[in-house]
Amino acid sequence: MTVEDWQNGGFGLYVHWPFCEAKCPYCDFNSHVTRGIDQAVWAQVLAKEVRRVSGLTKGRVLNSIFFGGGTPSLMEPETVKAVLEASKEDWTWSNNIEITLEANPRSVDAVRFEGYANAGVNRVSLGVQSLRDPDLKALGRLHGVEEAKAAFSVARSVFDRVSFDLIYARQGQSLEDWRDELHEALDLSVDHLSLYQLTIEQGTAFGDRYNTGRLKGLPDDDLGADMFELTQEICAEAGMPAYEVSNHAAPGAESRHNQIYWRYGDYAGVGPGAHGRLTLNGKKFASVSYSQPGKWLASAQGGSGDVSFERLSGKDQAGEYLMMGLRLREGVSLDRLRSFNSRVLADDVVEHLVDLGLAWKTENALGVTEQGKLVLNAVIAELLP
Amino acid sequence: MSTPLSHIRNFSIVAHIDHGKSTLADRLIQSTNTVAERDMKAQLLDAMDIERERGITIKANTVRIDYIAQDGEQYVLNLIDTPGHVDFAYEVSRSMRAVEGSLLVVDASQGVEAQTLANVYTAIEADHEIVPVLNKVDLPAAEPERVAEQIEDVIGIDASDACLISAKTGIGIPDVLEAIVNRLPAPESGDPDAPLKAMLVDSWYDPYLGVVVLVRIMDGTLKKGDQIKMLQTGAKYGVDRIGVFRPAMEAVEALGPGEIGFLTASIKQVRDTKVGDTITTEKKGCEEPLPGFKPSVPVVFCGLFPVDSAEFEDLRDAIEKLALNDASFSYEMETSAALGFGFRCGFLGLLHLEVIRDRIEREYNIELITTAPSVIYHLYMKDGEQIDLHNPADMPDPSKIDHIEEPRIKATIMVPDDYLGDVLKLCQDRRGIQLDLTYVGGRAMAVYDLPLNEVVFDFYDRLKSVTKGYASFDYQLEGYREDNLVKMSILVNDEPVDALSMMVHRDRAEMRGRAMCEKLKELIPRHMFKIPIQAAIGGKVIARETLSALRKDVTAKCYGGDATRKKKLLEKQKAGKKKMRQFGKVDIPQEAFISALKMDS
Repeated sequence: MTVEDWQNGGFGLYVHWPFCEAKCPYCDFNSHVTRGIDQAVWAQVLAKEVRRVSGLTKGRVLNSIFFGGGTPSLMEPETVKAVLEASKEDWTWSNNIEITLEANPRSVDAVRFEGYANAGVNRVSLGVQSLRDPDLKALGRLHGVEEAKAAFSVARSVFDRVSFDLIYARQGQSLEDWRDELHEALDLSVDHLSLYQLTIEQGTAFGDRYNTGRLKGLPDDDLGADMFELTQEICAEAGMPAYEVSNHAAPGAESRHNQIYWRYGDYAGVGPGAHGRLTLNGKKFASVSYSQPGKWLASAQGGSGDVSFERLSGKDQAGEYLMMGLRLREGVSLDRLRSFNSRVLADDVVEHLVDLGLAWKTENALGVTEQGKLVLNAVIAELLP
Repeated sequence: MSTPLSHIRNFSIVAHIDHGKSTLADRLIQSTNTVAERDMKAQLLDAMDIERERGITIKANTVRIDYIAQDGEQYVLNLIDTPGHVDFAYEVSRSMRAVEGSLLVVDASQGVEAQTLANVYTAIEADHEIVPVLNKVDLPAAEPERVAEQIEDVIGIDASDACLISAKTGIGIPDVLEAIVNRLPAPESGDPDAPLKAMLVDSWYDPYLGVVVLVRIMDGTLKKGDQIKMLQTGAKYGVDRIGVFRPAMEAVEALGPGEIGFLTASIKQVRDTKVGDTITTEKKGCEEPLPGFKPSVPVVFCGLFPVDSAEFEDLRDAIEKLALNDASFSYEMETSAALGFGFRCGFLGLLHLEVIRDRIEREYNIELITTAPSVIYHLYMKDGEQIDLHNPADMPDPSKIDHIEEPRIKATIMVPDDYLGDVLKLCQDRRGIQLDLTYVGGRAMAVYDLPLNEVVFDFYDRLKSVTKGYASFDYQLEGYREDNLVKMSILVNDEPVDALSMMVHRDRAEMRGRAMCEKLKELIPRHMFKIPIQAAIGGKVIARETLSALRKDVTAKCYGGDATRKKKLLEKQKAGKKKMRQFGKVDIPQEAFISALKMDS
């Protein structure tokens, strides 16, 4: 059997749990605040979808499973278990499979950690977001700093690997504020951190407030850039360099799941609003599921939760690989890019970017420099076929 | 159907924009039952959307009204609705020559405006009898006595028996009709049997009839089937159709002396007809042309380029079609390093430019980049040659130029006292020389000698803004004068952008250059590298700004599902880039070409 392109990135399963206890004002993910969810039904239908997709890709080795949301830590351990069991029917788990679940750092969620571990989860990613109580309140989070730290301890005792997220470049935050907070975070002896700059998305509460001029004190682009550079510096010193734009890890502690996306592997997407990329008979397809939980549930029960399943052209794949791959420190493979689309990467554009000190190029790889990482969207826009 | 001369009244209406000219015309048409009630719509005579929208008249329009006066006799009243804007001064003067009298409509609360003055003087020059009409007397702010006095003071005509009307409500309309019959003169004697002598008042293209020519018969009789000749162009045609406007076209057999009507004669292009030309019969025609004919000459030039270069052929098509119907609009192909293929177009003035541009964008759906308007400079070369420079990009080597002359205008500005200071400063800033300053009531009238190039861009906008819209403005060309003029180039990332180069006065070059560079710095988005923006005269940089490099635009969080969404975002970004023009490695948004030139002093 010849090696297919996706194998350069690996194969994973993404499961979307779309429910939250409250909607955060900055969040534009597919999340819904709904009471009275029948988890038995959801467990059954999610498992059914996993079987449907695994039926298309029988015999593959699964490198990673990721429960994202919404708030997956609202899932009963039984629900998680049903999904994991289903994934073993037509797929084989790799020996070192990474199974991650996103969790809220609250005591009510922490009580379920043990159950998740028993079901097979071996990594959690905690949505800590900030180590400052007033800021957590401003971000609409339901936990406090002490509660988050306690949940982190529980997680550390239960799981092999624990990561947490922080949001910076917040309202009224200075460079010094962030320096202190980041040091505190690193002091918690964590080996993986996701450090995201607050982004104002349209269609969120923050977006509305921003549009009407009521979201004050956001750092300007220059301060945002300074904060980003400071973050790189501090984390590198602490032995947690960035392996992706916003993700830092001690060597070996990188999230395998996200690397499947960024290395442009294959991934099955199951659950409301989940996206997938699957190579079938040598052709790569993009799947999108219904976002509305009720709609998805009914549709999946009837046969498939997908709202679309479309073939990607070589040009599409080249574009997606560039968009994902350039986020990684390792960059993208020129051979792979050319195999998608022979006309990608005009020499003069690459040369111009290298001249500007924004990109680097070797025999078979193209990547962005520290400076280029900050203006990645502009760089990608230049390179897109 | 010739009407006896004594029962014909030909007239026009002179008014400032918004003083109610079109409403009064509508009311006259309506109250004489010229148009059935159900066919009435506001501003019947303004046919084009742009005319209705802006409340201006671009083409002369005509209506023939049958009116039974209080003396029991039936009269024929011919109204020519003339263009009211200074850009069309020559067309106005021809329309004025086609009639014997004018209604001077003045808003009873606002009083006389500069534009009213210019047109009323044209009417007086054409020996018109003038009936003052004070409109909007029903408004609480109306001061008919004060305005009547102002008319007497400023214009010098008797306003003691002005008609007091409200065109909106219909008050006073019967008085206006009677005044037209009793106070305006009948056409002077014309002989129906003399050789035909008719004035070409205006012409336009009708999709069904071809070119329609508006004529005023001076002598003789125009009949269907006549072989006619245009004295200025020498062209000959067979007359297909003759008629009058009510205001819809209505065929008649013949038009006699004093009458106003139309003819069609398989004329293919409006371009073939010259406003002010004399029409006669091919055989036994008159010899002497009517006095006052002038070929129309464009005075303001700019480049029109399609935003999407693929639309060049569509633009050519649109321009050719518009030119068929507008003899005063000139064009020739132009190539710009920056903007690609387009056209250098000549216009009668700024309004004319805007109207044509709007029509191309609206009627032909082509997005345009308009370059800085320019005027014609007279270049006197050291070797004795004289060159007309239409486009700063074509400027020859300055060392070979002996001197440069630029067109000057005489501008009349009327403004309430409170804003006079700002107006004087504006004129001074634009190199104006004050010729006169007088006060009438609470208003000042400033007359300035100004370079046309300082006015063509945004002078009128600035004037309106500093006077909160209270000033009125009019101008006429006064000829050429030498001054210290230079070409200023703009360099973006060290590359000259030809479409942004302009002629400026040497003393003002630094100021203009600085303003341009600052403006461009705001208008050009940040790139991945820093971009110097410079203004230069010859090789010498006179102003410089630096647009710093983009520092951060990366998407913080991006995983699996985002690939689709982010792709859409980047595609949108790419589409936005398409709307910009590339200069070397720099993308300049199209609005920069116009906005950069606006001077916010």
